[in-house]
Amino acid sequence: MKVFAMPLIADLPNLAGVGYKPQHLADILADPGAVKWLEIHAENYMSAGGPPLAQLKRLAETFPISCHGVGLSIGGEQPLDKAHLARLKHLIGWLKPAAFSEHLAWSTHEGGFLNDLLPLPYNMDSVKRVSAHIDQVQSTLDVKMLLENPSVYVAFASSTMDEITFINEVVSRTGCGLLLDVNNIFVSATNQGYSPEDYIDNFPVKHIGELHLGGHLADSDEHGNPLLIDSHNNKVVDPVWALLGRVLKRTGPKPILIEWDNDIPDWPVLEAEAARATRALETAR
Amino acid sequence: MSQLQFAKALLDSEHPAPKDLINPKGGPAGKRFDVYRNNVVLSLSDALADAYPVVEKLVGEKFFQAMAGVFVRMHPPKSPILTQFATEFPDFLAAFPPVAKLTYLPDVARLERIRTAAYHAADARPIDGTYLAHLTPAQMARAKLQLHPSLHILSSPFPVLAIWQKNTSAPDIAIPQGGQDVLVARPKDMVEMRQLPTGAADFLRALNEGKPLGEVIEFCEKQPGFDPAENISGLFEAKLLINIKTEGKTR
Repeated sequence: MKVFAMPLIADLPNLAGVGYKPQHLADILADPGAVKWLEIHAENYMSAGGPPLAQLKRLAETFPISCHGVGLSIGGEQPLDKAHLARLKHLIGWLKPAAFSEHLAWSTHEGGFLNDLLPLPYNMDSVKRVSAHIDQVQSTLDVKMLLENPSVYVAFASSTMDEITFINEVVSRTGCGLLLDVNNIFVSATNQGYSPEDYIDNFPVKHIGELHLGGHLADSDEHGNPLLIDSHNNKVVDPVWALLGRVLKRTGPKPILIEWDNDIPDWPVLEAEAARATRALETAR
Repeated sequence: MSQLQFAKALLDSEHPAPKDLINPKGGPAGKRFDVYRNNVVLSLSDALADAYPVVEKLVGEKFFQAMAGVFVRMHPPKSPILTQFATEFPDFLAAFPPVAKLTYLPDVARLERIRTAAYHAADARPIDGTYLAHLTPAQMARAKLQLHPSLHILSSPFPVLAIWQKNTSAPDIAIPQGGQDVLVARPKDMVEMRQLPTGAADFLRALNEGKPLGEVIEFCEKQPGFDPAENISGLFEAKLLINIKTEGKTR
């Protein structure tokens, strides 16, 4: 296991943050309220110039920034895109974010980007491939990255281990940190028919550098079984807040992010979600 | 499972879901796989609508969504940077039979595409016009004018700027007859557009190719109605001139 020069994992405050949306810029600068840090999607800030980069530079003077990649395709069967890694290195170089995270998922095949976080079977082949990719990311970017647990809708006949065993294997091989998305636990556990409480009780919490919360949509499959979809388009539901409480009992205070990427609300609605996360953190102190 | 099979099935509903995918009871994934299919096509269709709002308005939301479904399956993004997605869309529209009668539509899409490119182009600081006045006529003829990196030109046989304006900020605008040369640039924070006078499109393109000013003016003056002084002062006024190179020196 390599020790990385920049332990970015430690630099986000144990307070509430939100995913940054440009339509909230004026509100954030006027009064961020409970929001003490911001997360950006790395791929939105890879252009040569323009107002989005200027806005981010301005925000980074005031707020700790978490840089969240959505396009590396760490779970991909194909080699990582070196040009994309170089773009990430450039962004991280000037932005100096307080954390860098990516997903336990894949999104690219044969050079085509599918714009979704796609699932992979949990077996030793996947452990080796994901670990090799994380090694490459961490050594190229010279950061310790956080790996996020996914929302999944299907299972794989070729899986030989559960998600926590898989994550433990990858952490022990790479030394990466973890981003625990509590909504994703609820979505995946409901879709796969396992207990979200057991998942939390067994999760390797000492590696957590950041927590995510978000909204989802409830649907059902053709057999009438529940099928939750990770849509990030509404409020965090009460059962997910309850699961957050269970996580915080194990971890103590951690940086908590509210993700709201679709049907984006006015600032006060989003800020109120961050305020609720702040109250949950106060209970955990 | 190969991810190639997964990716093919995502974009082609005729292509079955990979057999390795199952529901929690071990049966076929069925509708659960369709969630991924929907996510991919709908998220990319939304990204397409965000990039081409005026095209969407011209054809209507419902038609646009259906057309987007065809487009995104044919041209999935080549990179995860979605601001660069769908550069093929104008050419796709030009070859898509259901919109063949809307002959102006591909150029409206081209205008929207270069607006996006200008928005995300490199930043640069404009210079003021006084420097040019210090040059001798011979130096001026050999000077190379470097234009703002966000600058794009669209020469259309349609009144494409007026069509764009009518469908955004100026619904009452009269649509003129004939084509328009449109300059799109972002000198500071805002993307600006203006209709270019006669010969200006050629003038700007020749400057962007790095030709010396004297040669550019000589070429453009063959066009009746071209006014070199007006075009040069227009560049300063629009804050689009970022450097003047003379005899190896730059300003």
